[in-house]
Amino acid sequence: MPSSKAKSQKSPSEIEKKLMEMAKRIVDDIYAKRNPAIELPIRTLSNVYFDEVSKLIRIGDRKSIRTYMNMAHTRKFMQTVLVASECKKIMDQQVTTSVRDLYYALKHTIKGSKENTFDDQSESDPIIEDLEAALNTLREELNLKTDRKGYLAGGVMINDMGDLINAKKMGSSGWAIPSNVEPEVIKFEDVSADYILVIEKDAVWQRLNEDKFWRDHNCIIITGKGQPARGARRLVNRLHKEHNLPVYVLTDADPWGYYIYSVIKQGSINLSFLSDRLGTPEAKFIGLTTEDLKEFDIPKNVTIKLTKEDEKRIKELMNYIWFKPKEWQKELKHMAKEGFKMELEALSSKGIKFISKEYLPQKIENKEFLP
Amino acid sequence: MAKNAQEMAQTHKAISISEFFEKNRHLLGYDNKIKALLTIIKEAVDNSLDACEEARILPDIYVRIKQLDEERYEIIVQDNGPGIVEKQIPKIFGKLLYGSKFHRHRQSRGQQGIGISGAVLYAQLTTGKATEIESSTGDGNLYNFRLKIDVSRNEPKIIEKGKAPNEDAWRGTRIKFIVEAVYREHKQSVLEYLKQTAIANPFANITFDSPNGRHVFVRGIEELPKEPKAIKPHLEGVEIGILSRMAHQTKARTVSGFLIEDFTRVGKKTAEEICKNAEVNPKTPPRKLVHDDFERLIKAIKKTKLINPPTDCLSPLGKDALISGLKKELNPIWVDAVVRSPAVYRGWPFQIEVGIAYGGDIKGSKVMRLANRVPLLYQAGDCAITKAVTHIDWKNYKLSSKDLSEDPIVIFVHMASVWVPFNSESKESIASYPVIIKEIKLAVQECARKLGIFLSGQIKAREIVERRRILEKYADDIARALANLTGESEEKIEKAIKELVEWRWGEVQEDENDAQQ
Repeated sequence: MPSSKAKSQKSPSEIEKKLMEMAKRIVDDIYAKRNPAIELPIRTLSNVYFDEVSKLIRIGDRKSIRTYMNMAHTRKFMQTVLVASECKKIMDQQVTTSVRDLYYALKHTIKGSKENTFDDQSESDPIIEDLEAALNTLREELNLKTDRKGYLAGGVMINDMGDLINAKKMGSSGWAIPSNVEPEVIKFEDVSADYILVIEKDAVWQRLNEDKFWRDHNCIIITGKGQPARGARRLVNRLHKEHNLPVYVLTDADPWGYYIYSVIKQGSINLSFLSDRLGTPEAKFIGLTTEDLKEFDIPKNVTIKLTKEDEKRIKELMNYIWFKPKEWQKELKHMAKEGFKMELEALSSKGIKFISKEYLPQKIENKEFLP
Repeated sequence: MAKNAQEMAQTHKAISISEFFEKNRHLLGYDNKIKALLTIIKEAVDNSLDACEEARILPDIYVRIKQLDEERYEIIVQDNGPGIVEKQIPKIFGKLLYGSKFHRHRQSRGQQGIGISGAVLYAQLTTGKATEIESSTGDGNLYNFRLKIDVSRNEPKIIEKGKAPNEDAWRGTRIKFIVEAVYREHKQSVLEYLKQTAIANPFANITFDSPNGRHVFVRGIEELPKEPKAIKPHLEGVEIGILSRMAHQTKARTVSGFLIEDFTRVGKKTAEEICKNAEVNPKTPPRKLVHDDFERLIKAIKKTKLINPPTDCLSPLGKDALISGLKKELNPIWVDAVVRSPAVYRGWPFQIEVGIAYGGDIKGSKVMRLANRVPLLYQAGDCAITKAVTHIDWKNYKLSSKDLSEDPIVIFVHMASVWVPFNSESKESIASYPVIIKEIKLAVQECARKLGIFLSGQIKAREIVERRRILEKYADDIARALANLTGESEEKIEKAIKELVEWRWGEVQEDENDAQQ
């Protein structure tokens, strides 16, 4: 029945059009006996720069050309075309799927060989990022989801696909932040909080949630459970942009924690093409710092000696342009000189409620932040 | 019971060379019954080739081995050479150390005059049978002899002698031995010897009727090699014993004249310088020199700068003959050869030439060692050629293994010299003079470089085929994906991809932009 078929077909989205244009160029190359090529922005340190105006890490202009006839590219070229085709399929069907589903949907043995199209998901994930960068889009707009990671509680009313969620009534677990938090899915109905506190560690988030820190201090607490996924970062970005909420970040006092802060603030190298949507340049670092040891009279025996890797990573951070502010250089130097790092849980040595009753209130009151 | 000196003196007596050989046959290559067969054929064929070459006749050699009994064989070697005059036949075949080649310094296969008579003696020792020789110089007479050797006197013993009319004017020599032996076709066999001989002497026709059937090695070129010239010895290698013997045999009247006339490349100035340094009056008659004089002369010779011997006396195979021989017998996919300039060891000029054949009908790797066109099949480990070849890392020349264990390759090394320094009388391996090893190595390496260029071309060609395979492998999946994305026909895209690959697959795609990949 042609009529019903016509009905079920939606008109292609902008992203779909971009995918089809890319494929059309490849097919034209093939017909004209040119080497088929896909142009991709380079997503490594060598092609990112720190934009001093927006204070974001941005992707440079350099492109790599992935071609079919170059033996070093041929396999990846095939994979890129396959991923693009699969994205169009799921968009046609108006469904979303996880990146893991996509990997399984595409994985098969190539005819006449023992080779697989993809050996494992670590091969398909970077291809998705390549496509996002090439089309300047988010994977969510390609109808792809990542695993949920990160929780939220506090003064915000969320509309999640029509369901109203009061983040003050999420019990002990909090609201799980979905992969796609774009306005089509997530809307903020009422924002009563004064600021957002992003916490590296889930255990510390649970402590603060249990203490109803968000109620006493009228804020939203979010954890990314380590390096936050894009959903959590995008949510922070939107709450800040749309509701002017200040953002404070709380991590371990070690180079890895500081880097998590920098990703929330400036964006990451790998996803530098998404910094506008994922970065929050106005975020401030609340702690921990190695200086806190003295200031809060924390016993020395809860500190941890720096490893060789920590020392190497400190040197790398000191060279990143976004760690150039003198306060950060001072902190990193101090850490290297004193030779110790500290976990958030170290604050419990002063009492379980020390963090929520003394440490955070004092820091916020006195605006003791690192930029 | 103890003997006194007189009694002991009675037991001392001279031994003839034949008697010596009787007891020491291994020294001449008769260590076992398999090797004996090879040695006999080798001696006979070498003589035939030498004779043909000297008479400027394109050789036709016929060899037949027929089994008579379990370990008894009849061997026939026949040539179309110049033939042997009647009165020489008994001495050539019936007396050890009788020959024309020992005292002249000229490149030839045989050197000592011990080989063919050794074969006659071996036949006599093992079966008691006389050796039959038929020969004609192409005139009206065909001579035939049945010969043995009188071992205690080292003289020929004629058992029977005959003369027949030579009606069709046949010319050549035919020898028939009956010996105790064992025939095998392993790697050090008569067959292998004849094959290598055919490669090294592509101007010869060789027909071999073995107990297992006929093998024909057809002539590849119609031209005999350049005739080698005889030269006088060079002072550099001379030792005191030789010098004193030559001084007592010379026709020269003065020491200076002796040095000039009996040695190569000695001028008046050099002769006088040697005499001055040796404090010997150049006018002294050579016969009057005493042991001390010779010692001083030898010392003076070592100090004097000598001109190298002439090298035009050598007759290498030459590049074309070498390539032709390797091609016709091995049918390789690649072959090339390198001929070095002549060099000198201990005053003797020599020249190294190397041919390498690769692939085609060749299975496994082999080093063919030859001296004056004669294949050396035994004592490979002691040979200068083996030493030079095994010290090369063959992976540098794109071969798949360091020691050639996995490559189809024949390395043919020929040393041409007026005097080849063999490690033993049986002439099975070349002595390891550093200059000889160096020359071999340089020649092999030069030829191997050429092979390396060929092989890297082959590797590249294989890579291109592999590249095409990879490109085509993905065509199906890519076409399906692109068809889904564009709405074009999958078949049409797949066909176009295959055409594209066909069109451009040979192009080298360097990784020009790999920052992201």
